[in-house]
Amino acid sequence: MSVSGTITRRAFAGGAMALALGGKSFAQGFAGLGESAEGFAAVTPGKPFTFPADQGPHPEFRIEWWYVTANLSDAGGAAYGAQWTLFRQAMKPGGPSEGWANQQLWMGHAAVTSAGTHRFSETFARGGVGQAGVEAAPFRAWIDAWELRGLDAFDPQRIAPLELKASAADFSTTLRLDAERALVLQGDHGYSRKSDRGQASYYYSQPFYKASGRIVIDDKPVDVTGTAWMDREWSSQPLAADQTGWDWFSLHLPGDEKLMLYRLRQKDGHENLFGNWITPDGRSAEIAASGNSITPMATTEIGHRKLPTSWRVTLPARGLAIETTPLNPKAWMGTSFPYWEGPIRFSGSHAGNGYLEMTGY
Amino acid sequence: MLRVTGLTKSYRSAGEDVAVLRGVDLTVATGESVALSGESGSGKSTLLHLIAGLDAADSGEIALAGLLVSGLNDAGRAELRRDRLGLVFQQFNLIPSLTVADNLVFQSRIAGRHDAAWHDELIERLGLKNLLKRYPEQLSGGQQQRVAIGRALAPKPLLLLADEPTGNLDEDTADEVLHLARDLVVRTGCGFLMVTHSARLAATLDRQVTLHAGVVA
Amino acid sequence: MRRPLWILAVLLSHWRRHPMQLATLLIGLISATALWSGVQALNQQARFAYDRAAATFGGARTAVLVGKDSATFPQQLFVDLRRAGWPVSPMLEGRVQIDGRSFRLLGVEPVTLPSEVGNAPAVGRGSLQSFVTPPGEVLVAPETLRDLGLKDGDRPQANGLTLPPLRVQAELAPGALIVDIGIAQDILKLPGQLSRLLVGKSKAPHATLESVAGDKLRLVEPSAESDLERLTDSFHLNLTAFGLLSFFVGLFIVNSAIGLAFEQRLPMLRTLRACGVSARMLNTVLVIELVSLALVAGLIGLVCGYFIAAALLPDVAASLRGLYGAQIPGQLSLKPVWWFAGIAISILGALAAAAASLAKAIRMPVLATAQPQAWQQAQRRWLMLQSVAALAVFAVAAALVQFGDSLIAGFAVLAALMLGAALILPMILQIALALGQRSARAPVGIWFWADSRQQLSGLSLALMALLLALAVNVGVGTMVESFSRTFLVWLDGRLAADVYISAASDQQAKEIKAWLRDRPEVQAILPGGRADTQLGGTPIEVLGLPDHATYRDNWPLLESTANAWIRLRPGDAGLISEQLSRRMKLAIGDHIEVPAPGGSWPLEIVGIYADYGNPKGQIAVNFAALTRHFPQTPLTRIGLRVAPDHIAPLITALQEKFGLDDRNVADQATMKRESKRVFNRTFSVTAALNAFTLGVAGIALLTSLLTLANSRLPQLAPLWAIGLTRRRLAALELLKTMAVALITALFALPLGLLVAWCLLAIVNVKAFGWRLPFHVFPLQLIELLAVAMAAALCAAALPVARLARMQPATLIRTFANER
Repeated sequence: MSVSGTITRRAFAGGAMALALGGKSFAQGFAGLGESAEGFAAVTPGKPFTFPADQGPHPEFRIEWWYVTANLSDAGGAAYGAQWTLFRQAMKPGGPSEGWANQQLWMGHAAVTSAGTHRFSETFARGGVGQAGVEAAPFRAWIDAWELRGLDAFDPQRIAPLELKASAADFSTTLRLDAERALVLQGDHGYSRKSDRGQASYYYSQPFYKASGRIVIDDKPVDVTGTAWMDREWSSQPLAADQTGWDWFSLHLPGDEKLMLYRLRQKDGHENLFGNWITPDGRSAEIAASGNSITPMATTEIGHRKLPTSWRVTLPARGLAIETTPLNPKAWMGTSFPYWEGPIRFSGSHAGNGYLEMTGY
Repeated sequence: MLRVTGLTKSYRSAGEDVAVLRGVDLTVATGESVALSGESGSGKSTLLHLIAGLDAADSGEIALAGLLVSGLNDAGRAELRRDRLGLVFQQFNLIPSLTVADNLVFQSRIAGRHDAAWHDELIERLGLKNLLKRYPEQLSGGQQQRVAIGRALAPKPLLLLADEPTGNLDEDTADEVLHLARDLVVRTGCGFLMVTHSARLAATLDRQVTLHAGVVA
Repeated sequence: MRRPLWILAVLLSHWRRHPMQLATLLIGLISATALWSGVQALNQQARFAYDRAAATFGGARTAVLVGKDSATFPQQLFVDLRRAGWPVSPMLEGRVQIDGRSFRLLGVEPVTLPSEVGNAPAVGRGSLQSFVTPPGEVLVAPETLRDLGLKDGDRPQANGLTLPPLRVQAELAPGALIVDIGIAQDILKLPGQLSRLLVGKSKAPHATLESVAGDKLRLVEPSAESDLERLTDSFHLNLTAFGLLSFFVGLFIVNSAIGLAFEQRLPMLRTLRACGVSARMLNTVLVIELVSLALVAGLIGLVCGYFIAAALLPDVAASLRGLYGAQIPGQLSLKPVWWFAGIAISILGALAAAAASLAKAIRMPVLATAQPQAWQQAQRRWLMLQSVAALAVFAVAAALVQFGDSLIAGFAVLAALMLGAALILPMILQIALALGQRSARAPVGIWFWADSRQQLSGLSLALMALLLALAVNVGVGTMVESFSRTFLVWLDGRLAADVYISAASDQQAKEIKAWLRDRPEVQAILPGGRADTQLGGTPIEVLGLPDHATYRDNWPLLESTANAWIRLRPGDAGLISEQLSRRMKLAIGDHIEVPAPGGSWPLEIVGIYADYGNPKGQIAVNFAALTRHFPQTPLTRIGLRVAPDHIAPLITALQEKFGLDDRNVADQATMKRESKRVFNRTFSVTAALNAFTLGVAGIALLTSLLTLANSRLPQLAPLWAIGLTRRRLAALELLKTMAVALITALFALPLGLLVAWCLLAIVNVKAFGWRLPFHVFPLQLIELLAVAMAAALCAAALPVARLARMQPATLIRTFANER
């Protein structure tokens, strides 16, 4: 992709809004996400997180997202995946204005994946008039008819229970998400460093959701249950200019342990590995910067792109050595800004499932 | 070289069939010149047209140098006329929009048998040298017929067919034109079959055949 | 492969010796191709512009939701529908005045604009941020910018506000200003209001409209054609009809030229066959020759067509703007398909025109057999056949008049009328000439009529061309004249005020009115206003008329109740335009509900008035009532009654005092002049095409006569031989030509009037929505008759002059050559 130089994980999608609407020159106008964040709030270490306030939007930052992925299976054991994402991007600093002058752009992505099918949809909205937005209390994130909504007895510390809804021409998803445990701060107490030049984001997750509900593909409903994971992240300049793309794992390990792991690729071939190991009691520890590795195995060709859909992951210090395979190697999000996102399975020292996202290919 | 046997032809006119030829037999040898005469309606022109492949006979055979004319389709008959026959008519039948030079050359060109030396000789013998750039309408009848003879002989045909070639010419001119034609026929060694109603002219050829009521008398 | 080339060379040598014939053939093909392709170029250009407009506005090609009984509705409905899964995008439309000129302001929302609404990506060409962030941007077509005399980045005043900077966008349709929805709401002072929702094609499941919007919105399904296409259909049909007519007349010329060439080349073809060219080869080369000529003529014709189109385009554009408000760019841009189509039509036309000759060539026996001249028998049979066909066609026309109810039916009636008349023309001529023959006594007289009859079959095609050209001229001329007369009378009543002012803003209008009140020479101040809304899904105008004697006394009404003007006062009654009345089948006494911002406005119809030249339906109401129901109506239009002597000084004073220019203030005479100018331009294309057609018909007659002249020598030579001088023969020939031309022209007159009636009573009503009174203009008819006779005289003069000067030898030769 032409703008791969300025991609960040999910934040690229914010830039993609511009792309979708205006073509390349348009993107240049404000998709310089790896560049200056002048006028926007800066991400600094040591921020105290407060809930429910930090579940709402942070318009003083340039980009932000509410990101849910779910690993599901039906009564017969067939596996499914579901994605629900809401992106926010501010077109200019200075906070939101009234009405149409609001300056906040919203974009929704939704997808369902089975071994044989992958369906996705996207939608866009301007802020300020009610077509899309996020409210912290009572919690509600929405764009068009897609919604992520706090249910009765909602607990901001757990961001649960939630109802998730999305529908498109050829699929729909309705899930209830429950969590027993509190949300988890990623990186260093929620400060997620993305490069050694100061790029960072605020980042917390709820990886402990139990999910149940129904997905419909081509008017065929399937009742499903499983696990889900929510990522919340916001920043003004999360990536360095020379970072080209990104391979991101969220893994449900046995014994309710969780692993978040990502590799940032640089133009010069250099790569950085970041991640957090989360224990069932909710403690989150950053993994060491060196000694660990993720390595592409098999690739899948989608269009003219080659994507490494199978990986080997080794974290020697944690005794982890696994190989991952996709549920559906063709889990391509052919949205205005395209990327790969789909459920995976892994085996080796540990076995389980999770989600993989790859950008910049 | 030309052998016609048992040729019949009838036309439908005013609701009834009129038999024009009733079994004609005729031969013309290589180098031989034959005059075909007969009164009006005796079928001499019809016979000539059938030999030229301009029309199809009802029955009988026409063979030219071993080729059966009566069995040919339109394209075959066109080829026959183009490559083996030379035709001269009473009305000269020059192409009015072509100069004398172009009229002389176009049949041999179409036949793909243009011979420059022979062409020059024809111009010389027919005395057309000073008329080459003229158009047919600027020529006298005798001159026009000389061009027509030149055109017919340019591709060196096997047989020259002439239908009353001097019919539109006065006596002196007729003699002169016919003389030229006979000379050239001798020069090329082709056969010559001429339809004429003039006994005087007929007498100048090697042999005379008279048609009467559709048969050779 | 040399053989065909030699044959082709022999065939072509004919043209070298007959350059006039070649010229005629080429002229025929060129004029046929040129007029046809010229008209196609104009149509294509216009359609291209409509597409542009349709794409910009997401017009009729996209399904839309509109307010059920109000012009605008709250934008919360947009949000609610989006939240219910509807793929809708909001739009707000209104008018703004810049420099006293009215423009369409369109507020769009680029983020939700459906991708299938053509120009969506163009909206973001600059940058989404600068487009949506106040002050935002106004996207305009280059033409609009030129019209305004402004440049990119300028910020003109409109509605008392400074507009966002203008940005040129080539893909946009002229005449519209595109801004962000939020900025449009500010400019139009309609905060939180929308005028429609575009419905995208996305098939995501959504709630029913009623469950979300109750009965506030109504879904208008997309139609295959845009509004402009539908409105302008008639105009283009008209152009196309003219193009076709010219094309066929051109083919008449080709037909006669090829027919002549074929007759003359017959001996050549026979000689070629005798010299050994097969029939198939000869026919192939004949077709190759024809196609080559058509190719050359087609190319020249296309270039001519291009210039014709370029020359007519300003008038066409003016017509379309004047009649329908359609904006056509003045620069001709043609697609490759136009060139291919032009060449193809030239070749097909040539082949069609040569079909008879080619068929003859294919069937030609090598031997010329003397056939008895059975022409008379053959001609009689042919005449009978044609006449029967003509009667059948007339029957179809009559049935169409009776049962047809569409524009197409109207044109079909016209076409049938013309075709039938053309078919029956030879019979009419035959009968007229036979009558002449019966009344003749002298032998030369008898010969004169009899020979004219024999000539008919050769001339009839050309005479048909003349008939059609004349009839169309009479028809169109009568229609334009009728329209002109009606229009001028109507304009006198309609432009009743003495001075017209268009203020830059409501504020300025207020100041002007205050200033005028103190001027003693001003007898009355007549505020006016206009609002846009829709009725039954189609856009209409609501016109506010002040309650004043000026209107009561002058405003022309077609029908009305007794006290129509008084009925208007309370604001519960309105007058409707003839177009609206016909389109919606509304009559006096009917009740309508006009969607207004404050809700539905019930009106009783108390009168119907003519509103020529307005593509939109219109309702005239009391001005005060209009401002109550449409509070956003600009109050910038003011009419004044002023004593005649004071008009000029008052205008000067107004211009000086308020900085108004000619466009903002004008007197009645100027307005009328301007209206007449627009009106005249509207029909200038018709007039130009009319003249072209008549010219082509003249050429057709000339070529036919030239063709005949040669083949007629054998018929004339005996007369010469028995003692008629060449001069006398020439005079007789001329007289004969003039006689058949006169009979044709006399037949063309009633036919033309019938055509005019069709145009006025059927086509105009369907196309424009108004019916004009039918007038006959005898002077015009006489003029056309004279033109026709002059054309015939010109056409006959050349061959006749040739005959008069012909060498006796040429005549003698006809005896010698005759077989």
